[in-house]
Amino acid sequence: MFDTLSDKLQHVLGDLRGRGRLDDETVSKAMREIRLALLEADVNLQVVKEFVARVRERAVGEEVTKSLTPGQEVVRIVHEELTAMMGGGDSRLAFAPRGQTVILLAGLQGSGKTTAAAKLALMLRKEGKTPALVAADLQRPAAIDQLEQLGRQIQVPVFRSGNGDPVAVAREGIDWATSQGCDVVVLDTAGRHQFDEDLMEELQAIRSAAKPTNVLLVLDAMTGQEAVNVALAFQEQVAFDGIVLTKLDGDARGGAALSARAVTGRPIKLASVGEKLDQLEWFHPDRMASRILGMGDVMTLIEKAEEAAEADEQAEMERRLRAGEFTFDDFLASYKMLRRMGPLKGVLSMIPGVGNQLKGLEIDERELARVEAIVLSMTPRERSFPHTIDGSRRQRIARGSGTTVQEVSRLLNARKEMQKLMKQMGKGKMPALSGFPGKR
Amino acid sequence: MARTWAELLGDDGSDETPEQQAGFFGRLRDSLSKSRRALTQQLAVTAFDPADDEAWERLEEALITADVGVPATAEIVRRLEARAAVTTLDEPLQEELASLLGDPGTLDVSARPSVILVVGVNGTGKTTTIGKLAAELAKRGRSVLLAAADTFRAAAEEQLEVWAGRAGADFVGSPRGGDPAAVAYDAIEAATSRGRDVVIVDTAGRLHTQKNLMEELAKIRRVIAGRLDGAPHESLLVVDATTGQNGLQQARLFSEAVDVSGVVLTKLDGSAKGGIAVAIAHELGLPVTLVGVGEGLDDLRPFDPDDFARALVGSDPAGV
Repeated sequence: MFDTLSDKLQHVLGDLRGRGRLDDETVSKAMREIRLALLEADVNLQVVKEFVARVRERAVGEEVTKSLTPGQEVVRIVHEELTAMMGGGDSRLAFAPRGQTVILLAGLQGSGKTTAAAKLALMLRKEGKTPALVAADLQRPAAIDQLEQLGRQIQVPVFRSGNGDPVAVAREGIDWATSQGCDVVVLDTAGRHQFDEDLMEELQAIRSAAKPTNVLLVLDAMTGQEAVNVALAFQEQVAFDGIVLTKLDGDARGGAALSARAVTGRPIKLASVGEKLDQLEWFHPDRMASRILGMGDVMTLIEKAEEAAEADEQAEMERRLRAGEFTFDDFLASYKMLRRMGPLKGVLSMIPGVGNQLKGLEIDERELARVEAIVLSMTPRERSFPHTIDGSRRQRIARGSGTTVQEVSRLLNARKEMQKLMKQMGKGKMPALSGFPGKR
Repeated sequence: MARTWAELLGDDGSDETPEQQAGFFGRLRDSLSKSRRALTQQLAVTAFDPADDEAWERLEEALITADVGVPATAEIVRRLEARAAVTTLDEPLQEELASLLGDPGTLDVSARPSVILVVGVNGTGKTTTIGKLAAELAKRGRSVLLAAADTFRAAAEEQLEVWAGRAGADFVGSPRGGDPAAVAYDAIEAATSRGRDVVIVDTAGRLHTQKNLMEELAKIRRVIAGRLDGAPHESLLVVDATTGQNGLQQARLFSEAVDVSGVVLTKLDGSAKGGIAVAIAHELGLPVTLVGVGEGLDDLRPFDPDDFARALVGSDPAGV
């Protein structure tokens, strides 16, 4: 579970904190691990080499932040560089100022074009556009039926034609969409590989005929080293504007995204993160960087925690924890600290190993407000000596905070749990998160 | 020279001429060697100097670039280093690649009916592979029935039905959203009563990380096994040759669910070299049974480790 890059680096570089500057030897050791991690994530070898060289140059001589180990410091630099490399460029789609916006999807067979077309159309419909789908994949048996069925599910009209020429179908489809009053046309094309000259010429012809506002390369996140050649060839032949990354709901580390981005300079615009048709998202470079490195976003967590807790606030809390004191005042303070760090779910998912446990779990942010209300309805004495809160006091607190006795009792139990948890943390154990208020 | 369908299926004799077989190898090599794809060209060396660190590094990089993966690459390098004197790379490298790939897989269709369950992640080419396999089996005198147990993807049934028509196979479908295990069950019933030789069950593509869908797959297998002793006789995992290291994880988890018996490596006509097959064979001991090299009906072939290794390394086939 904790077999992450940061752990590996920790192992290789040692656990010494604040060791001054990163020296040449430390960085060299780290770069070997980084190289391996990126290759295992399917980042193209050439891209890895260039990336590692650049990070190396930046890392040597870098001062190690006081609170971090050298390993964490290296991860921080690598993560920053990866994020910078994958972000940049306009991640939005281009829309025609007037008239039809045409989005052409292209890619290898099985990369997920047809599904991506439907997901994109649904996304656009939800954003207030009036999209239409055009089925210009005349190669794969039943591809048109598939698009038609998907169109019905998302209530987007689909154009199909008896014409056997995809170029003509694209042209007809766009005219038809105009006549239907649609302002965006999503063109689904047949899958093709870049050495198939006939099909690549056909794609160029479709591009010339359709005059798309956006050409998007649909790329499977599981693609290996070839991602570079695929992306370069499609760029050369149809000059795509951006990338749609598919099948990110699997466990592929998705190095292909970095490869394709690095060699073409084209931004990754959208990411498909599930089988359901509404599971298409705008692309987040920082999440992708963490994913490629195979780690929860530890660094951000550390940074946020440092910002959130004032230094002496932290020291005082630590002292009390060591002493085994954990009153409701502390409880409230730690809650407020957590909330300053951002949405709870986001914070928790940054802890390596916890992210997975949170999948599909809803955390109710409003519950935090109720927790605050309950604590504020306690007398100062009750907050310091929680064991004195009996039945009638619970009733009073529930009335005062507009909650129920059950909710008050649950919070009392949660404080006990949290006290235990804090004691564990004080002993350096990883906390178990069961019984955490706000989690349900 | 290239394995024949007769060898794969355990049939007597061969209906393929040496020219046909050589022609296939040529295509495999051509597709693998397109625009300096072959490893030797990438290595840019004719003579190999084991004392030259850079030569070893180039070899490692060539293998990594072919998606062979870090562990299998390290193993190949270790084995080559262990050889006494390596002066040329071609042959030793071919031999080690072939040895990592292990024995060629077979396809057991001796029972009547035999059931072949086909699984894999989305978009690897399961339905297309099944269409081509049905056509080859029909060509070799087997009556085939195709079962559309992909009840999830829109129009998956229609797609398989088109292939059934092309291959002259029977077809058992079901409404979309239906129970895939029931489709498999019905298909075996139909094949038994009609006296068909082979049932090929198409399943919905699914990411191996989706627990409930993998459980559904395990259930399909259980239902098949419960209906017919010894079935499924083959469980084929279809892997796209462009897949990177995630292919290993696919093979691992699909094996857990349905006890995969062999791998079909598809889309080798693209630019990818399919080195992930080496990693899968090396780390999980799963043989590659078939390879797909194009979209035509006869573009599915029995896998031959030696041929594949030779095409990957890029040397000329002996005797052709």
